[in-house]
Amino acid sequence: MRFLPTGEQCDYARTLRSLLGAAAVPAAVRAWAAGEHGPGRALWSSLAGTGLFALAVPEAYEGLGPLPVELALGFVELGRAGVPGPVVETAAAAVLLAALGDEALSKRFLPGLASGGASATVTLPGGSPYALDADAVTHRFTVTEAGELRLAAGPGDPLSSTDPARRLYRPPADGELLAAGPEVAAAAGTALRWARLLTAAQCLGVGEALLARTVEYAKQRTQFGTPIGGFQAVKHRLADTLLALEFARPLLWAAALSLSPRDVAAAKLTAGEAAYAAALTALQLHGAVGYTEELDLSLWLRKARPLRDAWGTPSRCRAEVVAG
Amino acid sequence: MNLDHSPEVEAFRAEARDWLRSHVPARPLPSLETEEGFAAHRAWEALLHGDRWSAVSWPEEYGGRGADIERWLVFEEEYWAAGAPGRVSQNGISLLAPTLFDHATPEQRARVLPSMASGEVVWAQAWSEPESGSDLASLSSRAVRTEGGWLLHGQKTWSSRAAFADRAFGIFRTDPAAPKPHQGLTYLMFDLRAPGVTVRPIGRLDGKPAFAELFLDGVFVPDEDVIGEPGQGWRIAMSTTGNERGLTLRSPGRFLAAADRLTRLWRERGDPADTALRDRVADAVVGARAYELFTWAGASRFGEGGRIGAESSLNKVFWSQYDIALHETALDLLGPDAELASGAWAEPWLFSLAGPIYAGTNEIQRDIIAERLLGLPKGRR
Repeated sequence: MRFLPTGEQCDYARTLRSLLGAAAVPAAVRAWAAGEHGPGRALWSSLAGTGLFALAVPEAYEGLGPLPVELALGFVELGRAGVPGPVVETAAAAVLLAALGDEALSKRFLPGLASGGASATVTLPGGSPYALDADAVTHRFTVTEAGELRLAAGPGDPLSSTDPARRLYRPPADGELLAAGPEVAAAAGTALRWARLLTAAQCLGVGEALLARTVEYAKQRTQFGTPIGGFQAVKHRLADTLLALEFARPLLWAAALSLSPRDVAAAKLTAGEAAYAAALTALQLHGAVGYTEELDLSLWLRKARPLRDAWGTPSRCRAEVVAG
Repeated sequence: MNLDHSPEVEAFRAEARDWLRSHVPARPLPSLETEEGFAAHRAWEALLHGDRWSAVSWPEEYGGRGADIERWLVFEEEYWAAGAPGRVSQNGISLLAPTLFDHATPEQRARVLPSMASGEVVWAQAWSEPESGSDLASLSSRAVRTEGGWLLHGQKTWSSRAAFADRAFGIFRTDPAAPKPHQGLTYLMFDLRAPGVTVRPIGRLDGKPAFAELFLDGVFVPDEDVIGEPGQGWRIAMSTTGNERGLTLRSPGRFLAAADRLTRLWRERGDPADTALRDRVADAVVGARAYELFTWAGASRFGEGGRIGAESSLNKVFWSQYDIALHETALDLLGPDAELASGAWAEPWLFSLAGPIYAGTNEIQRDIIAERLLGLPKGRR
C-alpha cells in the first residue's frame, strides 16, 4: 500500500505543467472560442509529443496504455491550464474502440489517436447528446441507445455553450455504421467511465487554478487599508475551497486505480462540485472585475459549471453511488 | 500508487478480526461518560491490553504491537466494523502518549505508558480555562516552584471524562514575566485525587456527567512529572494538538462503519422516491470514502517520514462537519423516531454537535488552513 503518485507519475505531471505554463493557453482558448483552431491544435501537438494521448491506447496499437492513473494526473494539468478542445472525448473514443476489440477498427483509428495526429469527439448513452467541438476534430463517433456505433461525415448543427470555448454540435443521425450489438453497449459503458474519470480530473485542475488565482488576488487587493486576504470571512471561504479540492483528490486517484463505477461516480461528483464551488468563491472574492470577460479568470469560471455536469451530473453520480 | 495491503498486513487484519469477533461484548456497554459505563470500559481496556490490542502502534515494551500506521488504520477499520466499545483511554493514548514518545524521559515513558495501556490509569486532558479556549496561550493557571516540584493554582475546564479519570495533563504558566503569552508555559502531569484538586462535573448537552471543570489549589506536582523543559510547554503541547486534529482522534474506520449503518437504514426505511434524502445518503457514503482515502494518502506520506502538520486542520474541519451531516441524515430517515433518546442515532448525533467546537474550533482551523497552507496574511480574528 502506497497511496501516492510515484516519482515517475509526479515527473510526468510536472512535465505537462511546465509545458503548459510556457504556452500561451489563454490566447489559444480565446481563439478556439472564436472558431480559430490553429493555436489550440499547436497546443495539442505539443501535448501529443509528451505521449498524453497514447496513454489511453493499448500498446498493440502504438499506444502506451492503458494507464488511467497517469492519464488522470495529466488531465488535472489540462484543467489547471484550461486547455481547450475535446481532450476527454479523444481519450474516450480511444477507450471505446479498444474496448470493442475489433481489430480492423482498432487498426483504422487507434494509431492516429495515440500519436495525436487525429482527434475525436464522441457521444455515448448516459452522456450529453451534444458533441463537443465536432467542427474541429478528425473523427465524430456516436453510440446510440440501440447500441450502434456510427461515424458521422460532418459536424451537424451548431449550438452555443455557456462556455464559448466549448463548441457544441447536435450530431447527425446517419453516418457510417462501424459496429452494433451488446459489445458496443458494453464498450460504451467503459468509455463513459473513462470520460467521467478524466472530466473529474479536469475539474480538479480547474478548481486548483481558480483557487490559486483567487489566493494571489486576495493577497494583493487592499480595502480598508489592508489586503482582503487578511479578513476572516475571506480566509474561511478560501480554506473551504482548499478543503473540498483536497478531499476530492484522493477520490480521483482511487477511481483511476479501480475504474469501478462507484469510485468514478464519487470522484466526478466531488471534483465537479468542488470546482464549481471554487468558481463561485473566485467570482465573489474578485468582485466585479471577476464578472468580466477581459480577465483570464473568466476562462476557468465558465468552464467549471459545464464540466461539473459533463459526462455525469452530480445527481446521476449520486444515484450510482447509492446503487452500490 | 496502490491501495493493496501486503499478505502480512492482511494476516494482521485477520488476526484482529478473529480476536474482536470472539471478544467484543454481545450487548453494547453503557456510555463511558457515566460512572457505571466508565468502569465497564476500563475493564474492556484491560481485556484489550491482555492480548496487546489496546495500543497497537506502541512498541512492544510498553504493551503494544509495534504496528506501523498502515496496520494501525487496518486495526481501526476492523475495530469499528466489529461494533467494539468506545475507548475510555483515548485522551491518554492519542494525546498524552504521542507527547511522551516525543518529549518524555525513558523513566517517564516506562512509568506512565504501561498503566495507560492497561486502563489502570485513565487520563483526562486539562487544556482550556474559563478565559482561555481558542486563545489557549492566554491561560492563567500557574505552577509555582517549590521544593522538589511545583504547586498548581487556578482553574481548568471542559475536561473530557475528568469526573471519573485518575490523572490529567496540561500546560501551566511558570514564568508570568515572559515577554509573550506562549512563552513561560510548562507541560506537566498531575493526580486528579491529589490534595487541593476539586473536580466539578458539568452536565453536557447529551446529559452525560463525565465532563468536568477542575479547581486547583496548591496541588503538588513532583519534578518527575514535568514533561520536557520548564518553559517549553507551548511547543510541546502544539505537537500534541496536531495529533488530536489529525489521524488519531477520528479514525476513518469509525466513519466507514457509520456510513455502512446509514446505508442499511436507507435500504430498510428510505423512500426510493425521496431523491433529496437519497442524495444525502450518497454524500455520506462518498464522504466516508473520501476521508478514508485522504487518510491513506496521509499515512503514505507519514510512512515516508512526513509529519502531521497544518494538513491536520483540513482533516479536523472535514470530519467534524461530516459527522454532523451523516447523523442528521440518519435522523431525517428516522422521521418522528429520531427524537427518541433511546434510539441508536440520537446519542451519536448529540455528540457530533460538539465536533466543530472541540480540538480547536473550526474557525481557528480555517485560519490555520488559510495562513499556513494558502499563505494568506495574518489578520484580526
